[in-house]
Amino acid sequence: MTNPSSGTDGEKTGWAVEISALNKWYGDFHVLRDINLTVARGERIVICGPSGGGKSTMLRCINRLEDWQRGRVVVDGKELTDDPKQILAVRRDVGMVFQQFNLFPHLTVLENCTLAPIWVRHMPKKDAEELAMRYLRRVRIPEQAQKYPVRLSGGQQQRVAIARALCMSPNIMLFDEPTSALDPEMVKEVLDTMVELAGDGITMLVVTHEMGFARQVADRIIFMAEGQIVEINEPKAFFEHPQHERTRLFLQQILH
Amino acid sequence: MPKMLQLPLRSRQQWASIALQAALVVVIGGLAYGAFINAADNLAKAHIASGFRFWDNTAGFDISQTLIGYSPSTSTFGRAFWVGLLNTLLVASLGIVLATALGFTVGIARLSRNWLVARLAGGYVELIRNVPLLLQILFWYNAVLKSLPDLHSSISISGGAFLNNRGLFLPRPEFADKFDYVAAALVFGIVATLAVRIWARRRQERTGQPPRTLSFAFGLIVVLPLLVFFAAGAPLSFSFPDMGRFNIRGGTEILPEFAALLVALTIYTAAFIAEVVRAGILAVSQGQTEAAQALGLRSGSTLRLVVVPQAMRVIVPPLTSQYLNLIKNSSLAVAIGYPDLVQVFAGSVLNITGQAVEVIAITMAVYLFLSLVTSLLMNLYGRTVGIVER
Amino acid sequence: MVAADRIYLREAPAKLLPAPVASTGVVGWVRANLFSSPGNIALTVICAALIVWIVPPLLRFFFFDAVWSGADREACLPSAQNPEPGACWAFIRAWSSYFTYGFYPLGERWRVDLFFFLLAFGIAWLAWLGAPRRDIGAIYFFIVLPILSYVLLSGVPIIGLPDVPTSLWGGILVTIVVATVGIVASLPLGILLALGRRSEMPAVRLFSVTFIEFVRGVPLITVLFMASVMLPLFVPDRLAPDKLVRALIGVALFASAYMAEVVRGGLLSIPRGQYEAAQALALPYWRMMALVILPQALRVTLPNIVNTFIGLFKDTTLVFIVGIFDFLRTIEAARGDPHWATPITSVTGYAFAAVFYFVCCYGMSRYSRNVEARLARAHRR
Repeated sequence: MTNPSSGTDGEKTGWAVEISALNKWYGDFHVLRDINLTVARGERIVICGPSGGGKSTMLRCINRLEDWQRGRVVVDGKELTDDPKQILAVRRDVGMVFQQFNLFPHLTVLENCTLAPIWVRHMPKKDAEELAMRYLRRVRIPEQAQKYPVRLSGGQQQRVAIARALCMSPNIMLFDEPTSALDPEMVKEVLDTMVELAGDGITMLVVTHEMGFARQVADRIIFMAEGQIVEINEPKAFFEHPQHERTRLFLQQILH
Repeated sequence: MPKMLQLPLRSRQQWASIALQAALVVVIGGLAYGAFINAADNLAKAHIASGFRFWDNTAGFDISQTLIGYSPSTSTFGRAFWVGLLNTLLVASLGIVLATALGFTVGIARLSRNWLVARLAGGYVELIRNVPLLLQILFWYNAVLKSLPDLHSSISISGGAFLNNRGLFLPRPEFADKFDYVAAALVFGIVATLAVRIWARRRQERTGQPPRTLSFAFGLIVVLPLLVFFAAGAPLSFSFPDMGRFNIRGGTEILPEFAALLVALTIYTAAFIAEVVRAGILAVSQGQTEAAQALGLRSGSTLRLVVVPQAMRVIVPPLTSQYLNLIKNSSLAVAIGYPDLVQVFAGSVLNITGQAVEVIAITMAVYLFLSLVTSLLMNLYGRTVGIVER
Repeated sequence: MVAADRIYLREAPAKLLPAPVASTGVVGWVRANLFSSPGNIALTVICAALIVWIVPPLLRFFFFDAVWSGADREACLPSAQNPEPGACWAFIRAWSSYFTYGFYPLGERWRVDLFFFLLAFGIAWLAWLGAPRRDIGAIYFFIVLPILSYVLLSGVPIIGLPDVPTSLWGGILVTIVVATVGIVASLPLGILLALGRRSEMPAVRLFSVTFIEFVRGVPLITVLFMASVMLPLFVPDRLAPDKLVRALIGVALFASAYMAEVVRGGLLSIPRGQYEAAQALALPYWRMMALVILPQALRVTLPNIVNTFIGLFKDTTLVFIVGIFDFLRTIEAARGDPHWATPITSVTGYAFAAVFYFVCCYGMSRYSRNVEARLARAHRR
């Protein structure tokens, strides 16, 4: 893992994601406290922690599905502000997979995947469909292309959601608890897909409770609690020698 | 042995159900027969004719708004029926169009992030929905329109129109022959716009270029007919209303009865449509909008491609029943004397001929037919909106 | 190995700070909701202008410039002290007993008041979800009350209550009577029709479906016309019902078709498992309906039933058109009174009527929303 060149000019740093002094309040509730984080290109980050700790909120800041009152977020050299053009530019290059899949029920699987390439990247329909089929093959469900999402199992729907995000050829993929809404027997198929993806070199940030996945794939693990980043470490050190009291408590609860 | 025990039980239930249905048929048949006998008796006593021959008798009464030719001395009751029906269709179709436009606007306004807009829209909906429609019609007719100045103190509107308590008198457009070209240009413009849209959609599939047809549409539908209009020497003249001593001649007249009914129907039905629209948009989960935004879709595209199609699935069935309500509510015209089907036919014609049974039966049949046609059309539309099979 | 500057350990907890002022409290709310973008600012300005244009004149009309007492039209005409008079409430007060009772004989009006009280009691008993023995309340409301009301209002000379013909009834009395008869008749009839529509007996189902779809497809006006003009034809002379009864029959039949659909919706929402459990307990059809299915269905559709009743309450105004003197028609009759003829009289009359209907209907809709919220909370596990 090479250290990207540092510098104050956002364009030149080459970080995938750079968060500085991020603070967010919901009303009076201080939900994100002093978040500082840099993610290098191609890095795989797993974010874990107790519920309500702000993990999803921080993740959703990266593609501005949440806004914030203080701090800076720079994605791929582009700073996220209120400027709608900038937000759209960031969202084109960042893909997101939701806990509830959020597939469009009135479109077929294929149409779900081709919607954004056609209307955002202005691809011709045939090219978009070829692209979509390629990614559907990648997530191993090409035969479902003409079906409506309601006919698919949870695991299949989530894999379609992954393919849909990949069709925009993003540089960064965000996963917000992708397996939490799935029945246990379908978790593996989605995790396997994500492991394969990780092998491709795409930058990934994953909020999850699946520690096996973290151990296998993560370059670094971030532990968040009460809206603050408590500890960041590489997986081996994180699991074997957690340094913070809070981290130790969490790991005791979750690894039984 | 067990089979024999089962058989009598089953047939006992069957016998009971057959007996009950037979009793129902007998009771209803008996009532109907008794009613029929009594009716024939009473009608004969009152020297009222039966049958539908009255259809071709001379009407003998005047109607204040007639979309087709009608004269009290030569037109038949049948003709009066068609006049009334057309008046109903006129106010109902205009009402549906206006109420939909207003209702969708208010419904979306209720979901606005702007607190003032949302509260004002909400206040409108709550106020209008809780006051009876008849009261609103009477208010608009008696309190607003009737309090306009009388004929001699008419408000004159620039352009040659007069507004008074007898109606709104507008210049009547008279189309010269050459106007056909303008009409043809307009039709051509609409067809061409549709063709352009289809072509643009195909081009997007082939090359990915997004369809930007708005300026084409404007040019074809607005500019082209205008050009033809001026090229043909402006073949349009107006017959202006002329203020006489006792009435106004010429021009065309919009009755206050029509205006009051249309305004009240529109405002009333729009309040209900607003609630239907709001429920439909709220029914689309927030996650859908977020997923679309995460893919980089702009808010316009998000609405058009993701939210509205899903919202329409929820909106269309209750919207249909609001349209049916509007059609049925238009019959309140009889309270202010607007010559709709009920007022003309079940009012005047029934009073003159006395043939209540035939007249009311025909009126009800017409409304049933209108309800059926509207439901069918809305069902067809619902299918194109893409109701996904479950 | 991960480079040293990629690892992190928080030494001290981050400070819990209060939210920045510009984004919370009143200022933050105002900025977010009213002034967040140029388009939003424009909308806020337009709406504020609308409010300023509408509200002060309304307040002046209803309160500040209104005339609260007076003997005749002189009080409500423009004068030196009151150049732009508002609502002529004096007119309403002068006519108030007509608006409430119509021409009901003065000496017998206590009967009407007693009827109002008994009705309010019955409604409160059924509407308060926590009331004791609501099943007895149902018997009271649907069986005892109709008989009592008929005796009270119409009169039974034998027991000392002189006859009061329905042609003398008018105003709020008639509106309440029509609405009450509507609900009392339509709920049982609607349940029967809804069950009939789901019946397996083809004749019953055919009759129910035909009746429901026919009545729902025609305007109430035509049903009222049919009842008031055709009913006397179908019935031998000695049974000829009077005008009010004819209108009541029309309203009851009309309302029961709509109530049938509401009950049907409730029945459809009861999961199959309930039917199966009742059948497994060997409950025969009517017992199952009465003890298991209908109580649940009616509870679930109570908000919808109240909404139907609100519609029915507004529809009582249509009896106006067949010559019944309901509340709205008494307003229409009164506003023509030369004694009180001013430019303001009609508007005052309509405003008063609107307030009456609005208060009743809005009150009912708040109740229905309340019940809905209570039911939603109960279902949330």
